[in-house]
Amino acid sequence: MSVAVADVHASREGATVSPLSAARGRQARRIRRWKAVGAGGIAVLLLIWTLVPLYNIFMVSLESKGDVFTNTIWPDQPSLGSFWIVITEGYWYLEHFWEQFANSVYIGVGTVFFTLAIGSLASFAIGRMRVRYGWLLSNAALMTYVIPASFLAIPFYRIMQIYGLTDNLWSVIAAEVTFATPYAIFIFHQYGVSIPIELDEAARIDGASPGQVYWKIYLPLMAPALVAVGTYALLLAWNEYLYQFLLLSSKESMSVPVALAQFFNSDEAPWNYMMATAIVYSIPPVAIYYAFRRRMSAGLTMGGVKG
Amino acid sequence: MTTQTLDAGRPLVRRRPLRLPWRGGLQGSEYAWAIAFTIPYIALFLAFVAYPVAFGAWLGHEPSLYTELAEDPIYQRTVVNTILYVGIAVNLKMFGALLLSGFFMQRGWWVKALLLVFVLPWAMPALPAFISIHWMLNGQWGLLNNFLWLVFGIDGPGWLDTSRWLALGWVILSHIWKWMPFWTVILLAGRMAIPQDLYEAAEVDGATGLTRFTHVTFPLLANLYLVCTLLSTIFTLGDFNSVYFVSGGGPALSTHVLATLGIRDAFEVARPDLGVAAVLSSLPLMIPLVLILMRKLRTTEVTL
Repeated sequence: MSVAVADVHASREGATVSPLSAARGRQARRIRRWKAVGAGGIAVLLLIWTLVPLYNIFMVSLESKGDVFTNTIWPDQPSLGSFWIVITEGYWYLEHFWEQFANSVYIGVGTVFFTLAIGSLASFAIGRMRVRYGWLLSNAALMTYVIPASFLAIPFYRIMQIYGLTDNLWSVIAAEVTFATPYAIFIFHQYGVSIPIELDEAARIDGASPGQVYWKIYLPLMAPALVAVGTYALLLAWNEYLYQFLLLSSKESMSVPVALAQFFNSDEAPWNYMMATAIVYSIPPVAIYYAFRRRMSAGLTMGGVKG
Repeated sequence: MTTQTLDAGRPLVRRRPLRLPWRGGLQGSEYAWAIAFTIPYIALFLAFVAYPVAFGAWLGHEPSLYTELAEDPIYQRTVVNTILYVGIAVNLKMFGALLLSGFFMQRGWWVKALLLVFVLPWAMPALPAFISIHWMLNGQWGLLNNFLWLVFGIDGPGWLDTSRWLALGWVILSHIWKWMPFWTVILLAGRMAIPQDLYEAAEVDGATGLTRFTHVTFPLLANLYLVCTLLSTIFTLGDFNSVYFVSGGGPALSTHVLATLGIRDAFEVARPDLGVAAVLSSLPLMIPLVLILMRKLRTTEVTL
């Protein structure tokens, strides 16, 4: 399709008289055609590269138990039976599926709430009230941001034992909030610079307390950044496995990824059920990502781009 | 409380050092507000970052742990794996992202649609994706070998359980598959922030194709590219999921990296001190990275 468009352009150019420019036009046309072919080739390769593992998930989830262990690349009789098993908790590994799903949602929502609350309060104090040791706080946040979470997992686990929070969803929320808040402070701070400080001053002259400025001026104007960071925190909590695995042990308090990994590590793994579970678990973050995509990339680029 | 608090060496707001935003500074009850606003984060930091860091340092302070590690062949292999994994995965991923961000700068609806598909690996949770890749590479029933058999009649090897280098290669590819879209989006935004008139001016001066890239795009993107590479190095160093779910450290514990070996030592071998020591042994690499990155991120903010 784009080849055709390129040709139209090229021939229009070629029509502008003189044999020399006609030859140049031909050459330009050839270059454009090759460019279009190249772009198409890259596009096809990218599609294959991206979609093969995803195709594999779908294919296996549509297979029946016997199909999994055959040499086919598409099931003989594709069926949605595995999804039905997952939804109705019809297999012993899945008997707490919805409870575990609810746990994941609980962790996600808790993480979003506390990340936004703690992050926005801290960045208001640092960026708007300009407290004296604010730079210390933002450096602490920056440092936390660049420590890989998995490197802290061992001592974190021991400390949760000391706090008496093992096998408790709140320990996971604490972990996710710890690793999401630095990013929140980072983004809020940058976004906050674009909000005129005169608004705060005007409100203060009218007698508003800092709490009121925060609640009535700062938060509403920060809404886009809040959405971006909230989406980020939710995806982080949904993606995270290690801490949930270490901190949650009983079937009732597990989140879906932990249950899925347990499934994965057991000898007798019904792959079709597992992949169906994986798809059900993947739908919410993908849907949320596409819904908030524009705002999110705005937030992400704020963090990275302004170089 | 007076105004001198306001410019107390805070790099983040150096842009307007002489403005007095809350004219007159913090006074009286505002102190209480400021404390109330910052206490949650301070508490979070002390309880869940400072304490674990100190505790970890204490767990791994015995020098004998490090000699024990150094003599362990699994650890030696792990260090080699970590260096290869981080070195290859980060550079391939970032360079690919740099090129692809140029590709996605093209106009046309199909480019936009392709980008939407391309970011799927990043939008979906890590664990389902890696489990799927693990099964896809199964020697007996995996999709890849089924495909090779049906189309070429080749009996493919067990991709993950026969050779260390094959397994490590697949781990690296899986990591790139999952994370390249993210960096592509970041670099794409960086490219879009470059003003169009720069390109027009360069075109007048005769820059096309490669020279356009080397003389206009890359100099402007270089700082961003560097920051992204450093960040990605640290994140890759701490990446647990790709290795754990794709190769699981196998065959025969030969593809562990520091992040997974630490967890294995601590929880499967029940030697938390050894696990912490394994993780801490990456500090010689981590500390310079963190210092450069913190400085970069801070100054990046100032010049925005």
